Amino acid sequence: MTIAVEKNPPVKLPNEPKITPQIVAEHGLAPDEYERLLKIMGREPTMVELGIFSAMWSEHCSYKSSKVWLKKLPTKAPWVIQGPGENAGVIDIGDGQAAIFKMESHNHPSYIEPYQGAATGVGGIMRDVFTMGARPVANLNALRFGDPSHPKTRHLVSGVVAGIGGYGNCMGIPTVGGETNFHAAYNGNILVNAMTVGIAPSDRIFYAAAAGVGNPLVYVGSKTGRDGIHGATMASTEFNEDSEEKRPTVQVGDPFVEKLLLEACLELMATDAIVAIQDMGAAGLTSSSFEMAAKGGLGVVVELDKVPMREAGMNPYELMLSESQERMLIVLKPGREDLARRIFEKWELDFAVIGHLTDSERMVLTWHGDVVGNIPIPPLVTEAPMYERPWTLTELPAAVDASKVPAPGNSIGDWNAALLKLMGCPDLASKAWIWHQYDHLIMGNTAIRPQDGDAALVRVPKGATGAGHKGLAMTSDCTPRYVQAHPETGGRQAVAEAWRNITATGATPLAVTDNMNFGNPQKPEIMGQFAGAILGMAEACRVLDFPVVSGNVSLYNETEGRPILPTPTIGAVGVIEDIGHAVGSRLTQAGLAIILVGETRGWLGQSLYLRELHGREDGAPPPVDLAVERRNGDFVRGQILADRAQACHDLSDGGLLVGLAEMCIAGGTGVTMKQPAGTGVPSHAFFYGEDQARYLVASGSGHDILEAARAAGVPAVLLGYSGGASLVVEGLVSLPLADIKKAHEDWLPAYMSAVE
Amino acid sequence: MKAAVLVFPGSNREGDVAQAIELVTGRKPQMVWHGDGDFEKTDLIVLPGGFSYGDYLRCGAMAAQSPVMAEVKKRAAQGVPVLAICNGFQIAAEAGLVPGVLMRNEKLKFVCGDVHLKVETSQSLFTNRYQAGQVIKVPVAHAEGNYFADADTLKRLEDRGQIAFRYCAPDGTVDGSGNPNGSIRNIAGVFNESKTVMGLMPHPENAVEPLFGGCDGKALFEGLVEALS
Repeated sequence: MTIAVEKNPPVKLPNEPKITPQIVAEHGLAPDEYERLLKIMGREPTMVELGIFSAMWSEHCSYKSSKVWLKKLPTKAPWVIQGPGENAGVIDIGDGQAAIFKMESHNHPSYIEPYQGAATGVGGIMRDVFTMGARPVANLNALRFGDPSHPKTRHLVSGVVAGIGGYGNCMGIPTVGGETNFHAAYNGNILVNAMTVGIAPSDRIFYAAAAGVGNPLVYVGSKTGRDGIHGATMASTEFNEDSEEKRPTVQVGDPFVEKLLLEACLELMATDAIVAIQDMGAAGLTSSSFEMAAKGGLGVVVELDKVPMREAGMNPYELMLSESQERMLIVLKPGREDLARRIFEKWELDFAVIGHLTDSERMVLTWHGDVVGNIPIPPLVTEAPMYERPWTLTELPAAVDASKVPAPGNSIGDWNAALLKLMGCPDLASKAWIWHQYDHLIMGNTAIRPQDGDAALVRVPKGATGAGHKGLAMTSDCTPRYVQAHPETGGRQAVAEAWRNITATGATPLAVTDNMNFGNPQKPEIMGQFAGAILGMAEACRVLDFPVVSGNVSLYNETEGRPILPTPTIGAVGVIEDIGHAVGSRLTQAGLAIILVGETRGWLGQSLYLRELHGREDGAPPPVDLAVERRNGDFVRGQILADRAQACHDLSDGGLLVGLAEMCIAGGTGVTMKQPAGTGVPSHAFFYGEDQARYLVASGSGHDILEAARAAGVPAVLLGYSGGASLVVEGLVSLPLADIKKAHEDWLPAYMSAVE
Repeated sequence: MKAAVLVFPGSNREGDVAQAIELVTGRKPQMVWHGDGDFEKTDLIVLPGGFSYGDYLRCGAMAAQSPVMAEVKKRAAQGVPVLAICNGFQIAAEAGLVPGVLMRNEKLKFVCGDVHLKVETSQSLFTNRYQAGQVIKVPVAHAEGNYFADADTLKRLEDRGQIAFRYCAPDGTVDGSGNPNGSIRNIAGVFNESKTVMGLMPHPENAVEPLFGGCDGKALFEGLVEALS
């Protein structure tokens, strides 16, 4: 039977159209790519075959523009169990446990249909993680929206946040962290980057590579419908004014079914029935079956009429390209079908044997006994288009001379107003309106909640081998305006900031997942942004021992020729052995010394001070000295683990005064301080410069930390002491915390409730 | 104290409450699948939080009809205590185990975060370790916690001391400022007439350890252990 169908050329289905150049173009294949297809096939493809090539060779699935660059990222370390190329990255976190994580974009769908786009983005990334055997323990998300005054922004924020909450809350996985920015460059292309972190026993990790000729191919989960057909192709093109018409390409999510699927998969994974497992994400059944067979060096026969269908009259083309959610493909060991079926039936999910593995290295699709598609697998992978697109690097802009940038004014009133303006600007304002819609407490393990620390911190009960509790620190970071100004510096900074945020809790940073969001790679300047960002990231990951273990690329984030700010979002994970030593950034006690670690030169180029108070988005971004980052960070972590710090906050957006104000209002304790003598830096640059590699540490007397810093050759200076209910900077600022809190917390709720 | 925690398809805080029970009793509760009509005799039945049956149709409506709930109703009628939290409260209300209904939050959004509760009475299995008037801090996480009952029912609840907790400000003032969902009379939790069933929206099970949200919920479980062991 197998041999028989393998040799058959496909039959044409009734009403099958002739493949014309127009149909090829509609499938997103360039003429030379179609030539390549004809060479591989040796004949004209059927529609379903064309659809498969289109999906597999889309930018989204093939990484054809980015692959040559992604190879430059360091991906190895002794603690890396699985680097890029699987559903998610896997690292060893000790005690026989592994952390499995990845970040993925759902940008295009979220712009077209924000609730479902964002919800299915969250659903998809969770599946990537539990496919590998992990129970998800935390979700994060990095969101970029257009200018708040743009007519679509409010609607998009509302829908995206509700979608993320709607899916994650129902799944019962806490959403513990993330970031949200606004910039006009995202008016036509928002970014929704979702990250999931899961935990699995390190000897029970599941992979996608199929094995065992004759083994059954099993479909589980939801039925297949007509939603999301060509989602991967849609996500690989620019938007134009007709993009609204693409709504049918957005998938519809059902978190309840995914919760059942999670529990059923974990139950099956506890048995020995699984050979390989792969979720059906982008390009659905096509990419999942293809990748499983390709990774195993095997062939596969898929009997499409056996696929559970949501509606009558679906055809092979639709079945292969649907992106219906909450589905998995599993290769079972022979004879385990009944065991597996019982588990999925208990969870009231569909279960169907839809094919088997062969040794032919061909993907053969049948439809009621007829062959309707027959594609050789290896050449589709090895001869996939790969582009070394032309690129031009962005030149480093001239530095801004801080002494030529005006101070907020001469009076305390002017300085107070400046700080309030920054604390209430869209990028710095509290995002509580967002994260209160996410269940961030379920599972009872959340030690550092959103806004209470630089990274989220979640307890991981040690496995059978260890006592006590360790913590998993997680963050997501990118400063797109830095990347835009100079991609290399921006790439370096995104990695360094993620590393700093993990460090500021006391955890050791271990690995990252990257989510590369860029414009049209066919433009040399955009490809240059990508290349520059990668070079910067690669260098930072290398110096900081912070390998990339998973990631995702989203290109063509452009509308009518206007690209987004280049946004390589870095998701990062670290571990602290004993969660009892971790600190957040809240200042909750009076009488603590406030110590600034790191050097302040007053770098105002690309600062929020420059943008929000002077309307300027220019200059070189702050340079990132990775050796200094490492030295200062290792020092701070050591002090935290020695229990010398009560709170710690890294300095980034907005600079020193903003960081300090955040610590004060989060913990309800004021600070009185002054600019140290002899800095040689103008006050406005000292307090608002965005120099890197800096931390604020609150500590008992401070002497022990200052002493240790001297010994370690780390710049550290005492700024003042905590206490009272105001933030006071001698001669410059004097503000009750209540006023700062109001400015910080009022903006987003007021914006969201305003009626246009 | 032997406890059983019910698990419906879509339950998701069953692990949290099981963890809290294990913390105070030193043993794991029995987890009971919704399809099981019968389960071991226990001192306490817990209906946990989550999205049973995806909250489709109406929160708790489908779970209230599941085979296991017939057994729960039978045992509750015999006086077996039932603790119904969040989605469990919605299920208990749908099943008629406690009076009232839970509607969509007033602001139509899911809300998660700490709230303050005023303990209305210490005269119950569930609240005997608290003082009447005490203010505790525990989290909420729900989209449908807006409690409602008609005027006659409310009068009866007030007269008979069937209100367990009300949302309040951190200083204990019950003026609506601490109410996260618009519930009538700031009600956060209620008892049945015999005070053997308690339904509440907040999650005491997520406030049992100092590093993870504080310990204000722990006394609820300790009180149950004291009363039921």
